[in-house]
Amino acid sequence: MTTLPKWADTFLVPLISLLIAFVLSGLVILAIGENPVAAMKLMVTGALGSTYGWGYTLYYATNFMFTGLAVSVAFQAGLFNIGGEGQAGLGGLGVAVACLYVPWPHWSLALIAAIFMSALFGAAWAAIPAYLQAKRGSHIVITTIMFNFIASALLVYLLVNIMRPVGTMDSASARFDAVMRLPRLHDILALVGIPFNNRNPANISLLIALLAAVGVWVLMWHTRLGFELRAFGKSEKASVYAGINPVRITMYAMLISGGLSGMMAINTVMGEAQRLLLNSVEGAGFIGIAVALMGRSHPFGVVLAAVLFGFLYQGGAELALWTTVPRELITVIQALVILFTGALDDMVRRPIAALFLLFRKART
Amino acid sequence: MSLMKHLAAATGAIALTAGMAAADPALIFDLGGKFDKSFNEAAYEGAQRWAKETGGSYKELEMQSEAQREQFVRRMAETGANPIVVLSFSNIETLNTVAPDFPDTKFVLIDGIVDQPNVRSIIFAEHEGSYLVGMLAALASKTNTVGFIGGMDIPLIRKFGCGYAEGVKAVKPDATVIANMTGNTGAAWNDPVKGGELAKSQISQGADVIFAAAGGTGLGVLQAAADGGILSIGVDSNQNYLHPGKVLTSMLKRVDNAVYDAFKAGDKVEPGVINMDLASKGVDYAFDDNNKDLITPEMKATVDAAAAKIASGEIKVHDYNSDNSCPFVSF
Repeated sequence: MTTLPKWADTFLVPLISLLIAFVLSGLVILAIGENPVAAMKLMVTGALGSTYGWGYTLYYATNFMFTGLAVSVAFQAGLFNIGGEGQAGLGGLGVAVACLYVPWPHWSLALIAAIFMSALFGAAWAAIPAYLQAKRGSHIVITTIMFNFIASALLVYLLVNIMRPVGTMDSASARFDAVMRLPRLHDILALVGIPFNNRNPANISLLIALLAAVGVWVLMWHTRLGFELRAFGKSEKASVYAGINPVRITMYAMLISGGLSGMMAINTVMGEAQRLLLNSVEGAGFIGIAVALMGRSHPFGVVLAAVLFGFLYQGGAELALWTTVPRELITVIQALVILFTGALDDMVRRPIAALFLLFRKART
Repeated sequence: MSLMKHLAAATGAIALTAGMAAADPALIFDLGGKFDKSFNEAAYEGAQRWAKETGGSYKELEMQSEAQREQFVRRMAETGANPIVVLSFSNIETLNTVAPDFPDTKFVLIDGIVDQPNVRSIIFAEHEGSYLVGMLAALASKTNTVGFIGGMDIPLIRKFGCGYAEGVKAVKPDATVIANMTGNTGAAWNDPVKGGELAKSQISQGADVIFAAAGGTGLGVLQAAADGGILSIGVDSNQNYLHPGKVLTSMLKRVDNAVYDAFKAGDKVEPGVINMDLASKGVDYAFDDNNKDLITPEMKATVDAAAAKIASGEIKVHDYNSDNSCPFVSF
């Protein structure tokens, strides 16, 4: 679709998709007898109207940035990594191992170790499907999604049998030492004198996610490896002809992707819960796919899309809090946005492209 | 709901709660959702019973994610609701954080112990109730093989399974207990098809009584057992009516009573730990018109005698969570 100017492709199409999704959601809300305008207003003020709302929005967004970046890196290399869920779960295990078994004197050291371990565990979990794809041609979509279930089974086994403190019912690890509590956004902003609500889980991981986004941008567009990744994604045959090793590129793409997914755990496990929970990922791995699609696999787009989904999550929570909209319907609204911005992207793109073509013809 | 009206007043105004005389009680459902055919739904029924009897109104919320635990409990407390009933052991940490910030609000936690001056903790002796239905299973079994199907493999379900196996072995020490868990994700609580398949597999291994402690998945187990001509045992609520004459009994866990009592006490809920065990009828086995032909007077006498001994402390049922192990069955 080269008929669209760049600005229309990156901004207009997602915006229109989003509008359609919201209009449809409004109709659904109307159908169950609630006022859609009031509901939307509630979502916006609840998620963006206070630093409290922003805190939660950014907390969710941090998760989606990591998983969205993960999906986009693999996607640029033509690989569809839908194993973010499992890789992030294993990343959580990495964080827990780093935080539980080493008595770090200061949170910053623990954070460095946690970043390293989460990325390592996440990458390791992506390495096996990557190897199977690169060497054996087992399709990455199938293997990564199957690895999600294996990851889940592994985590259940570890949390139920090994890491759970005796006498507790909760399948979760012990709490990390209080020293390892990551600074919350509230603590960080207080340093520069900006007041921020202290009752929300947004924490320093947000900055790490933003750094990761910059890192991915540098990697993809300013290094040789990034060029090779993108070339491989555009055309495997041409890149092999140009001397790019497909096994090496597949492995690199998936290792980076898995590592980024794994790093999501810094936010949920270390930043929020302070212990490893059974479902600490909570679908963020899958949301990452929608975020990457919507963000056009570009780090900047991913960050924006992640904030949008963070808004949907926190806005949805506010809807649940103050209206009788059932939580299933909130999922429907989130699903509509995913459907229109991700899956049905072409539905909007084609008419718009046709429209642009018409205009251009009319001008000439 | 009139929650919106409170919104403006509530933000940050903790002092407000003290001024509200007749506050509504509140119930916060856990991640399983209100209509999970099990734990959360039992709590909902208790709240509904209270609302019908007193004509009062209550507030309710359904959590959707881990990050919302603290958020939702805190926001509910800010609306002035009192008492606030919170479900599941997953919220122990939540209440430890939130409860101290609202000293004038009473919280009730079901399935976990929180040591705070304004929290009532309610725990259930699931192992004791499971022991009784295990005895019934062994007494009703002709093949000397009985089954257990759990939902997700979490400690709570092992507690059910372990008590069950101990009850079976108490009657027939040489009996075989086949134990299966449905899955490793939250979907395991709502997978009746897989529950049915597991039940069929256990039937083919010779089981003729199967205990399902698996939420919605259990409905598939009960169905497959009824279809396969064997007996099943329901859980949490009385599920005997689902297949009259085919469900041997149900292990009752009276979450509804716990919620009902808390709502009834209102803001005068006494803090402290309440142990809902056999002695206090917090757990029990179901005996009604639907299964009275399945349980002979001798069986009933045997089980009731054991129940009396457990209540008096003469028989001590092993609690899986006390040492994370089960000597009677492996999971």
